[in-house]
Amino acid sequence: MLTFDIHKMFSPGSPAPALEIAQEIREGEFVSIFGDSGSGKTTMLRILAGLAAPDRGRIVMDGETWLDTGRRFSLPPQKRGVGFVFQDYALFPSMSVRECLLFALGTAEHTARAEELLELTGLRDLSARLPSELSGGQKQRLAFARALARRPRLLLLDEPFSALDRATVEKFQEQVREAHRMFGVTAILVSHDLGDVFKFSDRVFRLSGGRIEQSGTPGAVFGGREVSGKFRLVGTVLSIEPNDNLHIITMRAGSELAKIVASPEEINGVHPGDRILVFSKAFNPIFMKIG
Amino acid sequence: MPESSFAGPLLLSFRLALTTTVVLAVLGIPLARWLALSRSRLKPVVSTIVTLPIVLPPTVIGFYLLVAFSPLSPPGNFLREWLGVDLVFSFTGLVVASVIYSLPFMVNPLVAGLEALPPSIREASLTLGRSEMATLFRVMLPAAKPSVITALVLTFAHTVGEFGVVLMIGGNIPGRTRVASIAIYNEVERLDYAGAHAYSLILLSFAFIVLLAVSILNRRTIKTF
Repeated sequence: MLTFDIHKMFSPGSPAPALEIAQEIREGEFVSIFGDSGSGKTTMLRILAGLAAPDRGRIVMDGETWLDTGRRFSLPPQKRGVGFVFQDYALFPSMSVRECLLFALGTAEHTARAEELLELTGLRDLSARLPSELSGGQKQRLAFARALARRPRLLLLDEPFSALDRATVEKFQEQVREAHRMFGVTAILVSHDLGDVFKFSDRVFRLSGGRIEQSGTPGAVFGGREVSGKFRLVGTVLSIEPNDNLHIITMRAGSELAKIVASPEEINGVHPGDRILVFSKAFNPIFMKIG
Repeated sequence: MPESSFAGPLLLSFRLALTTTVVLAVLGIPLARWLALSRSRLKPVVSTIVTLPIVLPPTVIGFYLLVAFSPLSPPGNFLREWLGVDLVFSFTGLVVASVIYSLPFMVNPLVAGLEALPPSIREASLTLGRSEMATLFRVMLPAAKPSVITALVLTFAHTVGEFGVVLMIGGNIPGRTRVASIAIYNEVERLDYAGAHAYSLILLSFAFIVLLAVSILNRRTIKTF
């Protein structure tokens, strides 16, 4: 269980508001933090990792105090056992894939574990390469393997999917989910992509102006109610055209375009550019085997 | 070392440069790290002091050091009485003066290199449980390798080339403080142009080869990024 209550004032005169968040996260839970840039998402992760200090606050992980400003105590980042996947990957330019994992593991006795991580992330054939010789997706996987190396109690992912193409993201997300299942680590994902949030999270914190505006399951936060369907798609409305007494919405979800039919009441308040959630009950989608 | 030998001043120059570079690496790396990472209000002041030897005439530094190290001044007297070290007209004095004179050539390239690194690579190393020390030596300095090479080579080459400070603090004692650059001055004063040519050509070739090597080495390093 991770409990935290943090307050951070931004520098005086800065237009950005303060960060003020108090939450509890259960062991093994996958939480997403969703919000616009500047809403304090990254700052919150950095405070949890010990890389930034709040003005006031307390962080307790499984009964161990990480931060207590009242007692002027802050556990250094080295001792928190956090795995951090940075937005820019933060790979060490002078270390090959294998050297990087061994550095993360600390001692040479862990070579077996390095092999396991190379296997898990599909980097075995690239283990002698330097980060500069890796593609974006491969760098991503290395950053992820490095963060998992020390079996962290808390995994922090700072917009890890933002710089990658969709196909690479899908493949990588599968690995993240797999690793989450295998290690049962508590994870916090920062994202501004609704698709990622839906795919991963047990719970979403919607952050706005440094405060949690809403929290709950993705469906509850973004659908306005619990979504019971098994099939759901998040996309952007491209156009809405009237057609007899119905409307046809053209939407983009990832790299796919889709047309859906909507009644005049349903399109009320929906405009091109809006993000929408399309979901369907378990019994009515039509599907066919393609492979 | 024979007093009148031709190689004597050259060897002395290289011994001085090597000692200075080693001492400056030990002092300069922690100082550069502090300058690159600190947000202290003292930072501009420290940075200015470090850079001062670039703009000061070497004779000014030499003059102040001569005054300070003289056995007649309190610091010089203290060193002689308590530590038995005489810094005027001695090799040790040359090393101390060179360390001060070459300080910016070690520290400034290192600061530039460390500041150019993304802060996240240091932070990543810390979250992996590594100490600041291990992070500096295994992550940050290797990542800033071109700057490290530049700093070491510039310090060495600049020390080989110094004249004013050395003359002020060390004088012109054969075998002890007569380095190559002073030997050239000496030969010219004696109207021995052949000797001056020989020293000059060796120093010129040395400087050219060193700079060429750095540029080749750094291009290769940069390419792998």
